[in-house]
Formats: sequence, structure tokens, C-alpha cells
Amino acid sequence: MSSQPHYTAYHPKWYRRPVSVWWWLERWPYTKFVLRELTSLPVGYFALLTLWQVRALVEGEAAYQRFLARLESPAFLMLNIICFGGIMFHALTWFHLTPKAMVVRISGKRLPDAFIIFLNYVGWIGLSAGIVLIWMRG
Amino acid sequence: MLKSLTPLLWFLFSAGGTVAALLFPIHFLVTGIAVPLGWLEAPSYQSVLDLAGHPLTRLYLFVLICLPLFHAAHRFRYTLYDGLKIKHLTLLIVTVCYGTALVGTMAAAYFLLSLL
Amino acid sequence: MTDTITLAIARYRPEREAEPTLQEYEVPFRQDWAILDALNYIKDQLDGTLSFRWSCRMGVCGSCGMMVNGQPTLTCAAFLSSYLPGPIRVEALRFFPIVRDLVVDITDFMNKLKKVKPWIIREEEKPLSEGEYLQTPNELDRYKHHSMCINCLLCYAACPVVGLEPSFIGPAAIALAQRYNMDSRDQGAAERLSILSGDEGMWQCTFVGECTEVCPKGVDPAGAIQQYKLTGATHWLKSLLLPWASK
Repeated sequence: MSSQPHYTAYHPKWYRRPVSVWWWLERWPYTKFVLRELTSLPVGYFALLTLWQVRALVEGEAAYQRFLARLESPAFLMLNIICFGGIMFHALTWFHLTPKAMVVRISGKRLPDAFIIFLNYVGWIGLSAGIVLIWMRG
Repeated sequence: MLKSLTPLLWFLFSAGGTVAALLFPIHFLVTGIAVPLGWLEAPSYQSVLDLAGHPLTRLYLFVLICLPLFHAAHRFRYTLYDGLKIKHLTLLIVTVCYGTALVGTMAAAYFLLSLL
Repeated sequence: MTDTITLAIARYRPEREAEPTLQEYEVPFRQDWAILDALNYIKDQLDGTLSFRWSCRMGVCGSCGMMVNGQPTLTCAAFLSSYLPGPIRVEALRFFPIVRDLVVDITDFMNKLKKVKPWIIREEEKPLSEGEYLQTPNELDRYKHHSMCINCLLCYAACPVVGLEPSFIGPAAIALAQRYNMDSRDQGAAERLSILSGDEGMWQCTFVGECTEVCPKGVDPAGAIQQYKLTGATHWLKSLLLPWASK
């Protein structure tokens, strides 16, 4: 008698909030994250600086002395001090993140995060001291 | 092809990050700040050359340069993706980032081998 | 002594507006009220058209997740007294499409969750006659925190990669995959690995760590993902160097 009712499926108009390219400024944890990631630049810089030093070493005494002199210029000193801060930030954040990524278990029990961080610091200081000793002995 | 390399790149990133975290601070402090400012006496050229001549030192320097280069390349690649939302330029980014790391690695190998 | 506190709520009525707008409501300030209580007061007494999800009001169902002052929060667990003097900005969960007011659509997440096969996978089921699967407390310890997930999706609202890359499977899904991978009764790790080492999987994660920070149940999805990266990468290395050893 009556024709079959015909329903049109109603799809609601969803709203999608756009993600701005400045998303990382919206919250401090995000900004801290991007700063942490940007430490890749000072790390890359120092790797290339070391490469440059090796090249200077290979090219002879004159080149090596010129390299050392370049590092004494105010521009390089300023750059190096800033980048040193970046590298320290990398090291500290890296040590604190390691226990999350690598879980060490001794006879079934997980070692506490704080202990892993402590071991990282011990290793860091030990290696640093060793390197200074080797460097000083010539 | 790059997708299947992701685990390798992550290993290089992790290893490079650890090398950079443990060794860069002291090296940078000495080379970049302490010596130029005169806090530490720079060893003579000859003694540095002698030290570098040792195969273990050269291996150490190779690791010190190359692994952090790959770490930085990998991290910077993702920073560009997320920070500037330019993931569509992935081919360019990948080439520049890992390309620089590769060139640096080859240069390091070349110079370190020539210290023989 | 404050009598009232203002809530600025993001309203979105698709039938009459193109984007959300903030609407302010003044609610009585009670020391023991959570934001959810304030929302219910608004709906009961001030504006019955306000739409939002809630259920258990005690932090176990995962329904009432919203952005409070820009932070993903369970509104039943956030007290008005923590936000004095106000106003408190309440918006729908970030990075999800808003259906209406504070209600978001989570179908995308449900599909992603199914993809990781969040159940015990056995090569062969043990017959009932052989009894239960036995598990030591240490074995339980390995995955227990990951099993606490209530699918509240606060971690998705906190993860910038979820916002930037819609195909990313996301923290909760990967944490739940790990919950089963690390369960001693499960034998499905290989199956899940192929999904999770793909384009939408764990390699998208850049270890921001906010997912773990906002998780109300201590699931630690960030830790789960980083550990899984190590497992996945090691597995890849093994299959490369010792192809005959991988089954």
C-alpha cells in the first residue's frame, strides 16, 4: 500500500581542527622536544669539526696550527660555547631517556630507571676522565 | 627501498647518539673551549700525529665522526618532517641528510687511512 | 571564598556553524567537584544542549577524555579546585574529528587497534583438559602496566605525530601490541611485527614522550614503543645476518 520508505544516510559534518606548523610552540613539552631534536645540529657540527681537525692533521703541521688558531677566534669561540650547551643538552636528555628504551632485567626484576641513569653518568664521567688522561699524556 | 633500511638507520641513530652523549662533551670541551681559551696546553703536533698513527686511535676517530653524523642526519630528517611539515619533500630531505653523512664518512675514512 | 567558577567550553553545532566557538558558563564552585560534575551541572541546569561523553566517573572507563586548558585530561579526575581562579577552557579531544561539542569520532582508532591484533595468538590452542596457562609473577610483571590501558585516547591527543601523520597507528595501539607480545602465553609477535614495522607503525614515533606523561593509568606507551623499536630492529638485523635462523 505505502511505498518503501527511502532513507538517506545522514553523515554529520565533522570538524577537524587544523594542525599549525607552529604546533610545537603551543605547549612547553613540545618546545622542549623540538629543542632536544635540534641538538642534532651541534652534534653534526662537532662531528664535522673533528673531521676538519683530522684533515688538518693529515695536511701537516702548518695546516694543523692554522686550524687551532681558527678555533681561537671570537666567532668560533662563541659558536663553540653555544654548541657545547647543545651537546650537553643532548647528553643529559639521552641519559634520561635510555632506561625507557632499554629495559635491563636481572633475574626477572627490572632495574629501576634511576639506576640506569646513574650508570650512564658513571660511564660518562669515567670515559671523559680517561680521554683527558690520554690527551694529556700526549 | 628506504623503508627496509629504517631499522639500520635507527641502529646508526642510537649508536651515534650514545657516542655523541658519552664522548662529545669532553672532546668538545677540550678542543673547542679549553684549549682555545688556554685552560689546557695543546699537545705538540708530533705527539698528536703519533697518537693518531695508532690503528686503535684511527678506529676511535672514525667511530667518533661517522656514527654521530648518521645520528644527526636521522634526527634532523624527522625534525624537518615534524617541525616544518615538509614530509612531502622527503626525497630531497633524505638525500641531503644521509648524503651529507655518507660524504662525511667517506672523507673520514680517506683522511684516516692516509695517516698510515 | 569563591562561589562560582567559569568554564569556557568549545561548542560545535554542525547544523549552524562551520567551526567551534567558546561559550562561557558560570557554575557553582564546590571543593569536591570534578570538571565532569561541572559539565553535568551545565547540562542539567544551564544548557541541556551541551553534548559530551562520560560513564564511570571514576577514571576506569576512558569515556570522558577532553582537553582542559590545552592539556588532555580525564574530566572525572580533574578537580575544579586545581584550576582556580579559572576560567577553565574545555575542548574536545585533540587530533580527532569533532562530531558535536565535546564528542569526537574514534572509529579511526578502533580500526588501528584491530590492526595490531590485540588478543592472545597461539599456534595451537591448549586443550581444556591440560588446564590453565601458568605464568609466574615475573612474567606478569613484564607486561602488566601495558595491560592497564582504558583506551581513553589521551595519549593520541598528546602525540604530535598523530596530529601530523594521520596514518600513524598511535601510542595506545602499539602499547597494546606490546602488552600481548610480552605476554608469555602469546605466540603472535611475528604477526604483529609485520604490521608495526610498516609505514604506519612504530618507526613514525620520534619519542616525544608526551603520551606517557598524560596517561592516567601508567601504561607508558612511549617506553613500549622504544622497546619495540629495539626488538624490531634486532629482528631485522638477525634476519639479515642469519637468514637461516629466522623461522
